[in-house]
Amino acid sequence: MENFNYVRPAKVADAVKAMKKAKDGKFMAGGHTLIPTLKQGLASPTDIIDLGGLKNTGIKIGAKSVVIQAGTTHAEVAASKELKKAIPGLAALAGGIGDPHVRHKGTIGGSVSNNDPAADYPSACLALGATIHTTDRKLAADKFFTGMFSTALKDTEIVTAVEFPLVKKSGYAKFPNPASLYAMVGVFVAQGADGSARVAVTGAGPGVFRVADMEAALSRKFAGSSLDGIAVKSKGLNSDMHASAEYRAHLITVMAKRAVEAAK
Amino acid sequence: MPAITMKVNGQAVCGDVEGRTLLVEFLRDKLGLTGTHVGCDTSQCGACVVHVDGKAVKSCTALAISCADSEVTTIEGLARNGKLHPMQEAFREHHGLQCGFCTPGMIMAAVDIVKRKGKKLDEDTIRHELEGNICRCTGYQNIVAAVKAGAASM
Repeated sequence: MENFNYVRPAKVADAVKAMKKAKDGKFMAGGHTLIPTLKQGLASPTDIIDLGGLKNTGIKIGAKSVVIQAGTTHAEVAASKELKKAIPGLAALAGGIGDPHVRHKGTIGGSVSNNDPAADYPSACLALGATIHTTDRKLAADKFFTGMFSTALKDTEIVTAVEFPLVKKSGYAKFPNPASLYAMVGVFVAQGADGSARVAVTGAGPGVFRVADMEAALSRKFAGSSLDGIAVKSKGLNSDMHASAEYRAHLITVMAKRAVEAAK
Repeated sequence: MPAITMKVNGQAVCGDVEGRTLLVEFLRDKLGLTGTHVGCDTSQCGACVVHVDGKAVKSCTALAISCADSEVTTIEGLARNGKLHPMQEAFREHHGLQCGFCTPGMIMAAVDIVKRKGKKLDEDTIRHELEGNICRCTGYQNIVAAVKAGAASM
């Protein structure tokens, strides 16, 4: 791992300033993607700006939405009694990320900013119709995630919170890779307050995406059987040593059904 | 090179680190606390688990400098007055190891499980909670038995 300058600002404005000053800076949240990336030499930034000093954690349940501060760890999201009642699928998703030690470090802000194609949170953001709050603006999840490891974030922009609208039902099911525990396929389903359904898939493609056919079927009737006969085409899906594109396509329908059946 | 201070196993320590120095390197190379192991170095195996401010984390995937001014507990910090911690004693009693390489991480993870889930742990919970700790010798049977017994005696 190449060496770098390290700063740990206490205020978000100072973090933005530090990034503007850096030649090739990187923000670090929990570090569980960034540090392995640095070890492998896939990135060698001149400056690491550690966002851990911001201490922006917490979950607020409002009348119509839940706001989770960007620095909230997966463990904190998974353990929140209030969130388990408000959006059970989201709390369950957080409880299934990585393993207990990873969940103590990884944060929601880090996960959505990194937009790993196999990360869990982007599917929840997209299916729940979340709004990503940043230092500059508020962005709909549909506009935020732009492809493999890429988002609409500018280089000096930091995610400050994620706002999830309250929904009738939510559920998540994933088929994790047994070694890395990342999703080979993960599907988040949500039945909105108005009854319309949204379905978002992670792990299967180059980035998180929605499945219009499934959403239409579940909007008519929110039940696992509504998905019978709905297949996702394998064209464009990931194919690697862990699973072929055809296998991932098959898993999408299986996981979507499980997610609907688990939805509360 | 910035100097950092930290409380490790109840003792104040300080040392110079680079930005890139990992917590596990600081513990092993600077402080000589070699009970914490590096297995996979890719945050999967859990041999490097220590507690930072009371929470189990993988010390191969934490910068030492990020842990400045934290309280860190390693496997060396569990025994008191020459007496093994109940979880260590349970691993000895139930032979929850073969080669022993994963054992420090297993025990630190197990103590963390008890903190979060209480002393009465069923087998399913233990197996699920040990997802981040890999043992390539035992088949886990005796590890699970040790964690169960250790939890009850904590």
